Amino acid sequence: MTLLQDSPHTRTDRAAPDGPGVGAPGTGIPGTGGPDGPAGLFGRGRRPVPRRRGPARLLPAWMVILAVVTTAVALLPLFYLVVRAAEYPTADFIDTVFSARSGRLAVSSAMLTTVVTGLCLVIGVGLAVLVTRTRIPGRRLLAVAAALPLAVPSYVAAYSWQSMNQLVSPGTTFEGFWPAVAVITLVTYPYVYLPTVAALLAVGSDQEEAARSLGRGPVHTFLTVTVRQATPAIASGGLLCAIYVIADFGAVAILRVDTFTRVVYTSFSMGFDRIGAVALSTVLLALTMGVLFVEGRIRRTATRYSQVGSGSGGRPARAPLGRWRVPALAAGWAPIVVALGVPVAALSLWSGRGVSRPGSMEEVLGALINSLWAAGAGALATTAIALPLALCLARRPSLLSRSLERMAYLAHSLPGPVVGLSVVMLGIAVLPMFYQTMWMLVLAYCTLMLPLALGPALAAALHAPPELEEAARSLGRPPLIAYLRVTLPLMAPGIGAGAMMVMLTAIKELPATLMLRPTGFDTLATRLWTYTGSESYAAAAPFALLLVLVASVPVWLLVSRLLKEV
Amino acid sequence: MTQTPSTRAARLTAVTAVGALTVTLAACGDDGGNGGEEAADQDSLVLYSGRNEELIQPLIDDFTEETGVEVDVRYGDTAELAAQLLEEGDNTDADVFLAQDAGALGQVASEGMFDTLDSELLDQVPEIYRDADEQWVGLSGRLRTLIYNEDLVDEDELPERVEDINDEEYQGRVAVAPTNASFQSFVTAYRELEGDEAAEDFLSGLAENDAPIREKNGEIVTDVASGSLEMGLVNHYYLYAQAEESGEDPEDMDIANHLFGDGDVGALMNVAGAGVMDADHEPSQQLMEYLLGEDGQSYFVEETAEYPMIEGMDGPEGMPALEDLDIPDIDLNRLEDLETTVEKITDSGLAG
Repeated sequence: MTLLQDSPHTRTDRAAPDGPGVGAPGTGIPGTGGPDGPAGLFGRGRRPVPRRRGPARLLPAWMVILAVVTTAVALLPLFYLVVRAAEYPTADFIDTVFSARSGRLAVSSAMLTTVVTGLCLVIGVGLAVLVTRTRIPGRRLLAVAAALPLAVPSYVAAYSWQSMNQLVSPGTTFEGFWPAVAVITLVTYPYVYLPTVAALLAVGSDQEEAARSLGRGPVHTFLTVTVRQATPAIASGGLLCAIYVIADFGAVAILRVDTFTRVVYTSFSMGFDRIGAVALSTVLLALTMGVLFVEGRIRRTATRYSQVGSGSGGRPARAPLGRWRVPALAAGWAPIVVALGVPVAALSLWSGRGVSRPGSMEEVLGALINSLWAAGAGALATTAIALPLALCLARRPSLLSRSLERMAYLAHSLPGPVVGLSVVMLGIAVLPMFYQTMWMLVLAYCTLMLPLALGPALAAALHAPPELEEAARSLGRPPLIAYLRVTLPLMAPGIGAGAMMVMLTAIKELPATLMLRPTGFDTLATRLWTYTGSESYAAAAPFALLLVLVASVPVWLLVSRLLKEV
Repeated sequence: MTQTPSTRAARLTAVTAVGALTVTLAACGDDGGNGGEEAADQDSLVLYSGRNEELIQPLIDDFTEETGVEVDVRYGDTAELAAQLLEEGDNTDADVFLAQDAGALGQVASEGMFDTLDSELLDQVPEIYRDADEQWVGLSGRLRTLIYNEDLVDEDELPERVEDINDEEYQGRVAVAPTNASFQSFVTAYRELEGDEAAEDFLSGLAENDAPIREKNGEIVTDVASGSLEMGLVNHYYLYAQAEESGEDPEDMDIANHLFGDGDVGALMNVAGAGVMDADHEPSQQLMEYLLGEDGQSYFVEETAEYPMIEGMDGPEGMPALEDLDIPDIDLNRLEDLETTVEKITDSGLAG
């Protein structure tokens, strides 16, 4: 790799360990792999990337203050959580956290996280390679379909698998570690797939050509050169997968796999020990810190080799598959067909088998509108909060901004009920006038989903050259106008991508929504919960189906950008 | 960068001022709103319901039609709503809390959130089905049973007493839902009747005998009906819910309830009930009267196949009458010590 390290294209200055890249663990979906990761998808075009960090003076003090204030608002529940957790008797905390059972469950949480993330990386990267680097028949269709499983909530997937299992092999049960691995992997691999596709599209062909010309074979070149350059993007996708597994409640409860979230859950639902549940969540934070560390290390190493999209030559060649065509088609479509087919089959089964029906068309439409309204407001607010922080991280990364970013990831890894309860605590104690209003629900979405909006916005901010804004200012535009006119439009695609990610996730969110919604406010997810709770699976089916369909819209918008390039 | 430090400071002050103003305005707006609520207070109430909307909403609609009292219902899981209610404390909007089980009611009562109920209301209900301190009252009764698949299990194979399910012949055959409130109440009753040690033995016996675990009673019944489980410990009415969803007559189904006899703790009668935050709040009182009145009680009997709490009413169809049941002699008030129960369930390894 000395060639690459010495290559003039390798702009390590922007990716130095203290640079924004390190602080951008989840540059996220489908935003590409971070600062040095190409912005091919949302940054569009291969714009020259500034050689140095944006001048600090392009980041006025008020922007820093704004970033701190907005992020602090989003993380308010996290702070409050810590305050309340401190009330929990230390002896009880130590007893529970350091018991043999906790150890066992923390280990199984870590194992589940590792195995699922590993499989997601294999499937996500594999599919991304198929759609960007091969001439597989029906490439565009495959590219869209591969992202769609993201629209299936994990609890719907888990229930569906159990229903189908009963149909296929009655008398057996579908539960435990490996079933959970299968179900969760199939709904989370798109977290890896999307940024990897974006990265592979933007990795230029000149390094590959150089490697080939020096005698490396195509496969060897791909593995050593191409994959390496996409590694930051792949790692950021893996991070989101890992955090998803750590925080997931629904699927692990239904599939009865004992992870640490279950400890939190049992102390919550069995003993009404709400502070205990909160205190125990800190163990999940420790797991997340471990994941953040690993991802940071991978990124740090990988960015040394990665090269920025600029001037990197033409579009990479797509390999003809030849006799591998059929096996490739089968391997590519298999996870997608299973991930989407099982829920759809199970939901049809529910509809056909039961006699219960949803109340009325108004009920369904009302839930649909409420889902869109709550998720839309959540997406707007989260994106607005992410923006100033993204700019800070891009233009003048400091210990403060990087710490805020890390904390956003920590909040993202807390289970929904814990964040829900902490917002309840905060609302009652500090903001009673907003309690049980949309505002609190939106705040919970911000807390839970900030990194999803931050990742793509950061990637976009890094590719919006500060020089342009500087030029606008030197022509006499006030800083705010210069920012609004020049930088914001350049960041728009990334901001949009982040908003879509938040919207999609908020539509699927259940526990915090249940706890914080205004009284009488029903969404598709809460309706689904109501009907499954009364064994009315047939009435639940249309809501589940609609939920998946609605969540598919943001997914489709995300991949539709890819389609233009694929 | 033409901005001087002083303009920056001015800008900052302006931003802060706007922010403060917004908060103040929002607070004022809310005060105005509260005034309006006070006026409407006498013909509306807020109900926190830990029981399912499908079941409760029609009953509430009937109540509103009859009395003109508007009810805003907040639905949730009983445990989560109890946690939320406890966190809200005196600031809660809730007027009435309707819970799936006595344990949650006891928990809310123990933090002093309920008001003492009207004695006329309470007198309709046998003492064993209400709080000794008059903080909450049972509204409907549910019996613990063993549900079994008639194709897979012969009647003479069924266990006589609940502890028999830990015998070798039942290994891996009888499912339980240890994280479910109804199972926990049952274990608490077990401790009361047989002692802590026997309860511990029973729980560890379940774990050693590989009892299949489910999250909810409903899942056990679904799995027994489909044949993936043979038997399970549940509440009696799940069979009827299952029958309704599949559109079948309960008699024609392949599953049946087996009742433990001789006052065995396996046949515990537990209640779903309610408490009020302010006994002087007229609409809350009206709702309680309605729920314990003939309309409310027969609704529970007909719609959920639960047992009525007031005297002189028939039990659910297909089930023995209340007086013919040989239920364990236990006062639900003695089921308050949930914490120890949860600890024991957790220690046994049943709850993950």
